[in-house]
Amino acid sequence: MASHSVNPPEDSAAAEAAPNTVPPRRGSLSFRSRAERSSSETLSVEIMERSRSRPMASYASKRSDSDKLGSQREIDDDEARFVYINDPERSNLAARLPNNAIKTTKYTILTFLPRNLFEQFHRVAYIYFLILAGLNQVPQLGVFSPAASILPLAFVLGVTAVKDGYEDWRRSRSDRNENNRVALVLVPGDREFRPTPWKYVRVGEVIKVAADESIPCDMVLLATSDPAGVAYVQTINLDGESNLKTRYAKQEMQSTAPEALSGLIRCEKPNRNIYGFLASVNVDFPTGTAATKPVSLGQSNIILRGCELKNTSWVVGVAVYTGQDTKVMLNSSGAPSKRSRLESQMNREVILLAATLFALCSIVAILAGVWLVDHRHELDTLPYYRKQDLSEPQVGKYNYYGIGAETVFAFLMSVILFQVMIPIALYISMELVRLGQAFFMIQDKNMFDEATKTRFQCRALNINEDLGQIKYVFSDKTGTLTENKMEFRCASVRGVDYSHGEEESLFSSVSSGETRKPKTSVKIDPELMDAIKGGQGIEKANLARDFFLALATCNTVVPILVETPDPSVKLIDYQGESPDEQALVYAAAAYGFMLVERTSGHIVVDVLGERQRFNVLGLHEFDSDRKRMSVVIGFPDKTIKLFVKGADNSMFGVIRKNIDLDIIRETETNLHAYSSMGLRTLVIGMREFSIDVFEEWHSAYEKASQSLIGRAKLLRAVAANVERDLNILGASGIEDKLQQGVPEAIESLRQAGIKVWVLTGDKQETAISIGFSCKLLTREMTQIVINSNSKEACRKSLQDAASTARRLKAAPDSESTFSGTGSMQTPLALIIDGTSLVHILDTELEDELFEVATVCDVVLCCRVAPMQKAGIVTLIKNRTDDMTLAIGDGANDVSMIQMADVGIGISGQEGRQAVMASDFAMGQFRFLVPLLLVHGHWNYQRMAYMIMYNFYRNSVFVFLLFCVLYSVIYTALPTIIVGVLDKDVSRKTLLKYPKLYRAGQNNERYNLKLFVLTMMDSLWQSLTVFYIPYLAYRRSTIDGPSLGDLLILAVVLVVNIHLAMDVFQWNWITHASLWGCIVATIICVIIIDCIWMFPGYWAIFHIMGTRLFWACLFGILVASMVPRFTTKALTEYLMPSDVQLARELEKSEETNLSNSSEIPLSTFSQL
Amino acid sequence: MNPTGDSTPETDGATERRKKSKKPNYSRFTQQELPACKPLLTPTIVISTFILIGVLFIPIGLASLSASGNVVEIVYRYDIDCIPQQSQDDKLAFIQSSLTNKTCTTTFNVPKNMKAPVHIYYELDNFYQNHRRYVKSRNDKQLRSKAYELETTNCAPEATTPDGSPIVPCGLIAWSLFNDTYSFATQSKVIEVNKKNIAWQSDKDHKFGSDVYPKNFQQGGLIGGAKLNESIPLSEQEDLIVWMRTAALPQFRKLYGRIERDLAANEQISVTIENNYNTYSFEGEKRLVLSTTSWIGGKNGFLGVAYLTIGSLCIFLAVAFIVLYLLKPRTLGDPSYLSWNRNPDGH
Repeated sequence: MASHSVNPPEDSAAAEAAPNTVPPRRGSLSFRSRAERSSSETLSVEIMERSRSRPMASYASKRSDSDKLGSQREIDDDEARFVYINDPERSNLAARLPNNAIKTTKYTILTFLPRNLFEQFHRVAYIYFLILAGLNQVPQLGVFSPAASILPLAFVLGVTAVKDGYEDWRRSRSDRNENNRVALVLVPGDREFRPTPWKYVRVGEVIKVAADESIPCDMVLLATSDPAGVAYVQTINLDGESNLKTRYAKQEMQSTAPEALSGLIRCEKPNRNIYGFLASVNVDFPTGTAATKPVSLGQSNIILRGCELKNTSWVVGVAVYTGQDTKVMLNSSGAPSKRSRLESQMNREVILLAATLFALCSIVAILAGVWLVDHRHELDTLPYYRKQDLSEPQVGKYNYYGIGAETVFAFLMSVILFQVMIPIALYISMELVRLGQAFFMIQDKNMFDEATKTRFQCRALNINEDLGQIKYVFSDKTGTLTENKMEFRCASVRGVDYSHGEEESLFSSVSSGETRKPKTSVKIDPELMDAIKGGQGIEKANLARDFFLALATCNTVVPILVETPDPSVKLIDYQGESPDEQALVYAAAAYGFMLVERTSGHIVVDVLGERQRFNVLGLHEFDSDRKRMSVVIGFPDKTIKLFVKGADNSMFGVIRKNIDLDIIRETETNLHAYSSMGLRTLVIGMREFSIDVFEEWHSAYEKASQSLIGRAKLLRAVAANVERDLNILGASGIEDKLQQGVPEAIESLRQAGIKVWVLTGDKQETAISIGFSCKLLTREMTQIVINSNSKEACRKSLQDAASTARRLKAAPDSESTFSGTGSMQTPLALIIDGTSLVHILDTELEDELFEVATVCDVVLCCRVAPMQKAGIVTLIKNRTDDMTLAIGDGANDVSMIQMADVGIGISGQEGRQAVMASDFAMGQFRFLVPLLLVHGHWNYQRMAYMIMYNFYRNSVFVFLLFCVLYSVIYTALPTIIVGVLDKDVSRKTLLKYPKLYRAGQNNERYNLKLFVLTMMDSLWQSLTVFYIPYLAYRRSTIDGPSLGDLLILAVVLVVNIHLAMDVFQWNWITHASLWGCIVATIICVIIIDCIWMFPGYWAIFHIMGTRLFWACLFGILVASMVPRFTTKALTEYLMPSDVQLARELEKSEETNLSNSSEIPLSTFSQL
Repeated sequence: MNPTGDSTPETDGATERRKKSKKPNYSRFTQQELPACKPLLTPTIVISTFILIGVLFIPIGLASLSASGNVVEIVYRYDIDCIPQQSQDDKLAFIQSSLTNKTCTTTFNVPKNMKAPVHIYYELDNFYQNHRRYVKSRNDKQLRSKAYELETTNCAPEATTPDGSPIVPCGLIAWSLFNDTYSFATQSKVIEVNKKNIAWQSDKDHKFGSDVYPKNFQQGGLIGGAKLNESIPLSEQEDLIVWMRTAALPQFRKLYGRIERDLAANEQISVTIENNYNTYSFEGEKRLVLSTTSWIGGKNGFLGVAYLTIGSLCIFLAVAFIVLYLLKPRTLGDPSYLSWNRNPDGH
């Protein structure tokens, strides 16, 4: 995809190609290249040339070259894209940058037919049918009418093509809608924003986006409605996280009116990384007086297509990546056509059968040839051959083209006759069976989500049976495992645990007749409330108040007012980067510390009904080294306090240990209790600043924040310096609310031998804590953590991990390798982050990662970008034959869902992208259990059996036809019914023994061995069907049609009794279809024999009147079934499969409960 | 939400959501919980099945063997015997010549008492009446009704005379009609051969028209077999009707007629054969068969042997399974046999 974007040509040749049209550009470009040659003459010329239009720009760009070298990674000119702010003509001049139109369709009108057909003919069988259809066109062979022979294939191809076409049309419609959305674009000359369709937006154009609008393309922020240049965006479509992200416009650009702004942005070429952006900008000032330094731009300065602007009334930005170049588009891979595993395995058998067919036909042709050569002198007069045709005046030839041609014809004709060996009807039956299976999956009340009123959706119809063979489940976290709702559950204040949220909070903030309430209410602990109100002593009250004040202030949450139907009441919706912070702020609000307003300089908190204004003197942002954040708050009473919150291990290092030792110990105990409940814990500390300390900190902070180079590092140092000697205030426990039944579902899946991997865009800590709460990780597990910043570091960590894994796996006991089977060995968990994956995926390190990952019982990937999710799926898919399933809810899961063998979207949430891309959609993660363990198992079992049975049945016909030629009455209905309805084991048993799922993973129901055995069985059966009547009727007066009737009835009975023997559960539909089919065949035969036109007229009545007929029929049935019956009885008794045992268990349980006819079915949804 | 490139617009999503939000109706059918019988191959079922088959098959086998044994059959291959010694080297020339005397005689000794009716068959071997070129060379419309006299589709290469007038009955099958004849006598007393009702009544009534008379038949340069009396309608030409019910196998018998009286044991029957039909060009064999019938058909021991074999095999299997169940008892539905219980490490 990246190759789409043509690099802006930096070579002077390209620039000089159009010297007159755009002199400024030429100047700036050639300037840089020639400056390297240090030619002063050129330099001055260029400056003069530039000065005509934009005198300062050239100077700035000179500075940029020298300046940036040391400060940050340089973007090579070759790898850079040049964007001229507010000058789309120039930005697009050299390179043919795509416009902002997007295209997600697979076909165009022209390519639809060839491409679709090409894809469809990946089914080997279709090629076979095509060849056969071709053969039928040869008039000499015209066994069937030429048109009719094409019909079935054309039908099958047509239906699929229409389906594909419709899907593509829907995609194109949605593209069109998307492309025609309107954005406000600044018209360079007019200095005003005009509505323009998205598709016409070009790189370099300045765009204005209002609150709650979608961002039309990737743009660098120029200005926002906030004076400080802050903007909030929601990135749910990109990374699945629903919280707000803060973005900034650089002050250098914010200060100029966007209409007047111009400048040059050098940025990287389009790439997929949604967590990084590398660029620098030189701003030209119209006044031309002040010189600008190049300002580096980072990820926090760009807003990406697919995001939505929130809590900011407007932003203005310049488009840098458009259309297919945008990160969201680069992260969406095209939907690949999926094909079920069973079907690709079928290709193998199809080839095998085709070879058999070829052999059979060759035998026929050779024998025919030999016979012809033998009788070549008699052919003229041979009564049953007679090639001499005397009808015409001169002696002609009756349908004869010479021995060679006749041999070839014999071959081709037998191909046509034996073509049922590979049944095209099988493909039609398969589609029908899948349709039926889909119906039952949709109708399953155990997969109906009551909460969102959504039921199961089957969006892809051709991979139902794959659900029974899944070995890896890749799951998104937010919205899939969790509900994306953080809930404040426990607080430990001064070592006292308050975790009994019982009462409704009654607090609301009233000002000027307007009541404000937090949007989400949190249950409060009355004891803690009492402590705050001073019921337990002044000291305790102060500490508790500081604790909640810290929760209310030490964050980056922004309160947003939401209107309610009651005009006097407004809800406060807390929006912020971290859902934990939101939960803490909601909790503080519930206890009477309601954050009402936040600007960059101050915070207004409603403290127990009284509004107080706090100055925010400084904020030390969270970073992964410190693992904490802090704010310096100036209180109304002029005291200054530092509030710190952070992860427990980082906090205990900076807490004053000499006092409050008991409290620290108590708090640690509480923390341990919280985290073992799966809660996410934070420790809160406080430090009171003396004037001296404040002054010292303040000057250091000011200095650091104004520094241009290495600002973040300096700020971090300042923070680390001041965050010490803290008084412990307490700790909090937040529950990342899991979806219903997730731990149980994961346990069931693990029992079933399915590996569950969690891939999340979340932080590592969050991912791990979720891993614990959903029972994916346990305390006994050894965690291998890989987060490295370079390829070499990754290689080393991987090697370490591999050796650790080997040691742990080898040492404790050598007898087991399976996970979750209650073995005593140390389970392993691999935790890896997105940065490491950048260095691992698509390099040779993949293999090592694969080895480590497959040894580990649990794999958690955090901070992964959408494409990396797909990359991990590919990692497994390319290296094993195991089936993969991806489940997710957000747009960031789309590529993973499309990449996996089976993609499942969580529906009922707000975003629809995941569902649109998925093969199946359902409301809850836990539905995976009935879906895979019950429906997957059944689907696989049914489909595998149906395919096998179809091959069997058709080969019986063919082996029979090999002996005697007769047409076939098709008996597809019972197979379809069995394929839709039969259950080997009941839902209850499947859920009780998740390990039964392994039958599908191990290909137990469809493999080459089974196929060969089935073929041998079918050979035996066709031999009995042919030879018993042949020997019984040898030297008798039997006529062809009568014998044909006997054979056809025998075959139909044999194949149906074979089917009947394999049916697991007989309900009335099975009975009706099976026996109905036999009766229908008999009726058909009778009807055909009642037509005088056919040679078999009345034959059936004659032959049915003889006892020999019945004796033959009966003998055939028994003789053909004896081997199968015996083998079945033997294997089921001596080597029972798990499924077989489960059936027996089921049966014995039923007989135990003989009196109660109905067993109450415990359904999984009742968990 | 905010659809990106690969999403469907909101309107579409909304309608879909509305559509999908129907709660599935509960019914035993949709929940796949229809009451069902779940048969298992329990030892009882297995053993009783085998015993039942054995008990049924052995008596049937014995009965059919004895019935087949009671059938009295006289088979005489005459295609070589009926060629005079001097023509043995060139049988083809003998049979094709119109001058040679093709009558030959022989004597049968009736081995056992033959109860009436005694069926007379001719048996041909190596004659592929089921050859694809042969079976389709006929026209049923023409055979059935005079109105379709000109209908000769599929009849090649025996459809019309060289001048284009249709042959009735057309086609290879009719053209190759068998034309040997037999007559029987005891001590110079002729035995009546009843040639009525040798064809199926259904064929006579509905397949061969009573208003269709042979025409241009066997007039061409190549004579395939019997000529037909042009004054008798096809529905009365029973030999033709029998012949046109083509045989399923290359070795077949066709009913020639019946002797409506018992033939006593050791009775000497002299047979006169008109050996006209040319099977010499393709090494075909010709036999004359006199046979009684039984409830199981003609003399054929195969089915009896097959039934006996299957029956005794099933009894043997029943015994084998009894022994197996006694030696290696296994309670059905014993969870300890589940693979993960058998070896806890799951291998």
